[in-house]
Amino acid sequence: MSAAPAEPVQFKRASDRSLLIYFGHKITRQAHEDVRRLLCLLELEPIPGVRNLHPAYCSLLVTFDPLQSHHDRLEKILLQYIGRLDKVALPEPREVEIPVCYGGDYGPDLIDVSSLHGMTPEQVIALHSSSSYLVYFLGFVPGFAYLGGLPEALVTPRLATPRRKVPFGSVGIAGNQTGVYPVSTPGGWRLLGRTPISIFRPERKDLSLLAIGDSVRFAPISPTQFAALERA
Amino acid sequence: MNEIRVQSPGLLTTVQDLGREGFGPLGVSASGAADPISLRLGNLLVGNPQGAAALEMTLLGGTFLFPQSALIALTGSDFGAALDGQGVASATATNVSPGQTLHVGSTRSGARCYLCVRGGIVVKPFLGSASTHLLTGLGGYEGRALRKGDVLRIGPPVAPLPENRPTATAIEQLAPRKLLRVTPGPQNDSFPQPALHAFYTSTYRVAEDSNRMGLRLEGHPIMREAGGEMITEGVSLGAIQITVGGLPIILFVEQQTTGGYAKIANVISADLHSVGQLRPRDEIRFEPVDWETARSLLLAQEKLLGSEDTLFK
Repeated sequence: MSAAPAEPVQFKRASDRSLLIYFGHKITRQAHEDVRRLLCLLELEPIPGVRNLHPAYCSLLVTFDPLQSHHDRLEKILLQYIGRLDKVALPEPREVEIPVCYGGDYGPDLIDVSSLHGMTPEQVIALHSSSSYLVYFLGFVPGFAYLGGLPEALVTPRLATPRRKVPFGSVGIAGNQTGVYPVSTPGGWRLLGRTPISIFRPERKDLSLLAIGDSVRFAPISPTQFAALERA
Repeated sequence: MNEIRVQSPGLLTTVQDLGREGFGPLGVSASGAADPISLRLGNLLVGNPQGAAALEMTLLGGTFLFPQSALIALTGSDFGAALDGQGVASATATNVSPGQTLHVGSTRSGARCYLCVRGGIVVKPFLGSASTHLLTGLGGYEGRALRKGDVLRIGPPVAPLPENRPTATAIEQLAPRKLLRVTPGPQNDSFPQPALHAFYTSTYRVAEDSNRMGLRLEGHPIMREAGGEMITEGVSLGAIQITVGGLPIILFVEQQTTGGYAKIANVISADLHSVGQLRPRDEIRFEPVDWETARSLLLAQEKLLGSEDTLFK
């Protein structure tokens, strides 16, 4: 349990069918938890006419059917919801471990990242796999988790020229972020390794391996283990 | 079950309905028809629910064999279609006899043409929708654009046929526009007055690498004092974001669900279908409207589509 939002919320009309709610304008754990609480409450007690929710670092975008609702009405209802956030208990964070085969063809940028930071590849692997990362939200493409908590020593600019195709399952870093590509897309992140497990699984009921609020760790595996898990 | 056999798919033909909204928390965008008004109109013509699945063709249409009889309608842009060599009129329900071949040519106006068939196209739904999401390979027909040899299944009819045709006035009122009406974007205030002035007075050209995810625009760059990037947040359909280089991108039906660029404006709901008809090299402009105008334009459009009295005569 925690107190009401630390900063007054701010509403901003994003389009004629959507409204942004900001919990401040900084990436903080408090703002993240406020976003999560409001998301949780809106999923438990849906507002008629609301069609979609897009959580992010310190904001929530609410999309509605403009034939059924409008900004002013929605703001009034949302203020009531926000007034109840301190009563929303968030579940304990799930711990999710993602096996990663670092280096080689799986992580073509491992060597470059190591030399950029004056480390050995083993040190980069140890550092990347020793931290615990928070899933701030899913966005961009299906199942993509915005992970926070990359060690300062690994903060690396993205590639000058993005790759045309990054294979799904690739684990990369960019700036102070790290993440796993759920689907093959173009991308400019530096690739350290690859996971054999599916991140976005359209055939399963829980489509996404990761959920907002999860705590994620990466566990190094060998190419042999990668092949075995890939077949599993 | 009745079928459509794809003899040639055209440039980019996908199965689309009105999309899957509601999966933002998973990062899944709605997808769906790029010009939903044309999809709905086509479905109305053949007596389908407005959101039944149909084929969306892009710039160049395909060739389709109908082994059984069918009732079809082509809506959206005129692609010059012919049934066994006989011209087929747009926005008209047309009977197809068993064994006939429909050839859909290349566009004479906008980007997309819809082939609606009575009973609708039947595919395995993904998250409650038949629409194809090309980037992720989900939904639609095996998650991809159609290929030669694909066989599409046609569902059973579920509603009676309308008795009349849409009026010329109704069709004209629903026609796509090149002057897109917009409301202010959430970061509108962060653009200096000269930048806003330039945005609303310039003509922009749709770039070649535009697609269902987004339309890149070429023209007068829009500069912002604070630089282009900000904290990533949810982005709405039709958002016009300004990239670091100052060029606008209109986020479209297969959009990324979150993004870190500032949004100067957002295309109003009543004009979103117009975006779906824009072709590369088309020239467009933006006109600011207030929230009330955006709302009343949408209400008028929905009134037209929702009532057979106004739509059909």
